[in-house]
Amino acid sequence: MSDMTDHATKGRLLGRSKVEDLVIVPLFALVAALILGAVVMVATGVDLATIGRSYVALLQGSVGSVNAISETLTAALPLVLAGLGLALGFRAGLFNIGAEGQVVMGGLAAVVAGVALGDLPAVIALPGAILAGAVTGAFYAGIAGWLRAATGAHEVISTIMLNLISYRLLDYLLRTPLIQKEGRADPISKSVPEVAELPRLLTFLDPNLRLHAGIFLTLAMVALAYWLLFRSKLGFEFRASGENAVAARFAGMNASLTIVLAMAIAGALAGIAGANQTLGVLGRATPGFSAGIGFDAIAVALLGRSHPVGVLFAGVLFGALEAGGRQMQVDAGVSIDLIGIIQSLIIVFIAAPLLVKALFPWGFRRDQTKEGGS
Amino acid sequence: MKRTLWTKPPALGAALVSLLLAGPALGFTACQVTDTGGIDDNSFNQTAWKGVLDAQENLGIEGRFLESQAETDYDANINSLIEGDCDIIITVGFLLGDATAKAAKGNPDQPFSIVDFAYDPPIPNVLGQVYATDQAAFLAGYLAAGMTKTKILGTFGGINIPPVTIFMDGFVKGVNHWNATKDDSVVVLGWDLDTREGLFTNNFDNLDDGRAFAQNLYDEGADIILPVAGPVGLGSATLADELGVDTLKIIGVDADLYFTDTERQHVYLTSITKRMDATVARVIEDTMKGAFSGGVLVGTLENGGVDLAPFHDMESAVPDALKAELDAIRAGIIDGSIAVSD
Repeated sequence: MSDMTDHATKGRLLGRSKVEDLVIVPLFALVAALILGAVVMVATGVDLATIGRSYVALLQGSVGSVNAISETLTAALPLVLAGLGLALGFRAGLFNIGAEGQVVMGGLAAVVAGVALGDLPAVIALPGAILAGAVTGAFYAGIAGWLRAATGAHEVISTIMLNLISYRLLDYLLRTPLIQKEGRADPISKSVPEVAELPRLLTFLDPNLRLHAGIFLTLAMVALAYWLLFRSKLGFEFRASGENAVAARFAGMNASLTIVLAMAIAGALAGIAGANQTLGVLGRATPGFSAGIGFDAIAVALLGRSHPVGVLFAGVLFGALEAGGRQMQVDAGVSIDLIGIIQSLIIVFIAAPLLVKALFPWGFRRDQTKEGGS
Repeated sequence: MKRTLWTKPPALGAALVSLLLAGPALGFTACQVTDTGGIDDNSFNQTAWKGVLDAQENLGIEGRFLESQAETDYDANINSLIEGDCDIIITVGFLLGDATAKAAKGNPDQPFSIVDFAYDPPIPNVLGQVYATDQAAFLAGYLAAGMTKTKILGTFGGINIPPVTIFMDGFVKGVNHWNATKDDSVVVLGWDLDTREGLFTNNFDNLDDGRAFAQNLYDEGADIILPVAGPVGLGSATLADELGVDTLKIIGVDADLYFTDTERQHVYLTSITKRMDATVARVIEDTMKGAFSGGVLVGTLENGGVDLAPFHDMESAVPDALKAELDAIRAGIIDGSIAVSD
């Protein structure tokens, strides 16, 4: 019974009972991961001074300067966008592993559309390119959704396979004359024309600052996802199907349509994440431009507890780890791989809240601890 | 609850105390951004990094590096080094060309040097380091043609970009030179000089690809393979190790892989060395002396920027007559009587 009331209050931003789940568990997970990260460093022969220096660098590189914050946010944007899509899918009971492929297809489509619309003014070219990314991502994810709805093919399998197809499709398409950069033999796309680029926002401070207008797009999508999930009829259907697909069907909801729509919307968001990268950061598409964003976004969605606001914060945290990790490598010479380990450890702890509660019993209310222990 | 939320675990405190021991560094700092293979790839990035390490040892400079894990990292990595007070920023790899140009134009007072890229027109604060690798690869091709039993050789590249295909060009031309001289018909699988198409893994980091591509070439009859893909070639070397060196030999690239890949050193017939360590160290030294200038630095057989590594364990397997012919060809390339490039 308590479970049901719990779900019923999910619509509220942060109910008192959710604070521990949404704030304290991730916070302690982060702390525990940093400590274990230090242990790993000690185990690999890094001395204490360097470990200290590397964590200072992690902090400085993520929030220590305007450039650091700019880099943190730049890295966070695609993770938040793709993470939102995955969160919607998770809420609808769909475990979509395909964000990576949807990022690839969406990002590529945005480049193609941007190049095609290059002669038009920015008010048309930029939205057009982003829209192309969203539609292509939606279509690509929709394939997996349709396969699930029509044939029962499990979306975990089909999305993983679609990821692999997207990599090779990208390699192939990047070498077709329509897309390939003139004068190059390697797979690399034409450059996105300026009118279709997401403009950089902070160049008046320093031309090296990379934060771009994708941040507005991302915040709008967080709001939209929140509204969709908790304020719209469709979102209710998503959540109902996710909680109990059979009950949802008996309540008169169209299960197949829900699956396809949830996948398509998730794909649209991942596609926008890809467009965000190609139009805002890279200016072109190359093999592997997705850089594992779609996979990191799974972690972001889980860390954010599939809540749009949680995804936003989780994405920023991962962005901070990425930007700070770079500084760790510069200042302390610690391998960037360590950041990967810390990120993974955070996920392990997040996925096991009981472990965190056992490790840090003083951080939680007594009754909660008891409940968790029973 | 709020109070307990901020309770710090003791281990973190210990780590924080130790940070006080860290101080800022003085003197000359050379910073390097690697390509995606990683700093310890036994070939491309590692060779360029060795230049910084050599300078560190001989000139007492400080060296820093940043590994690019994906092409998305290039801009960000260069940016974070611009923040980090580098006296020179060295970017390693053709694919960093656009990112380096952008950063150099945005920061005209920061000296840059890039391995494997020459700008046209040149950028005043970038020194490009390029290599006439085809000269050394020509020798390797001739050698391989003289050593093959199956009359079939194989090659594959990382990505179809000039600094990769120049190896394959030289290799195929060296084989053609053998065929013309000896009236033989050794074929090279994996690269077509005319169509400029061939076998490419489309990455510089997947060792499994290196193994699979070598397996395919071996299945087609190749008994000597030239992988031009940085650490990807280590996967090919593993296959050669398992099949036995009599069945399959590998030609290394960039570094003398006999020394960098010591576990599998017996599989390397030779290596086409691209002495990025020498040019990088020289650029650092020049910059220290205040003699930095933009433009292009070309490594050739003549100035030792590219070369064919010793045969090491295979020394006795290579006939003396072939060695003498290689010496003659080398001299011919240097004096221009044998044209390698078009």
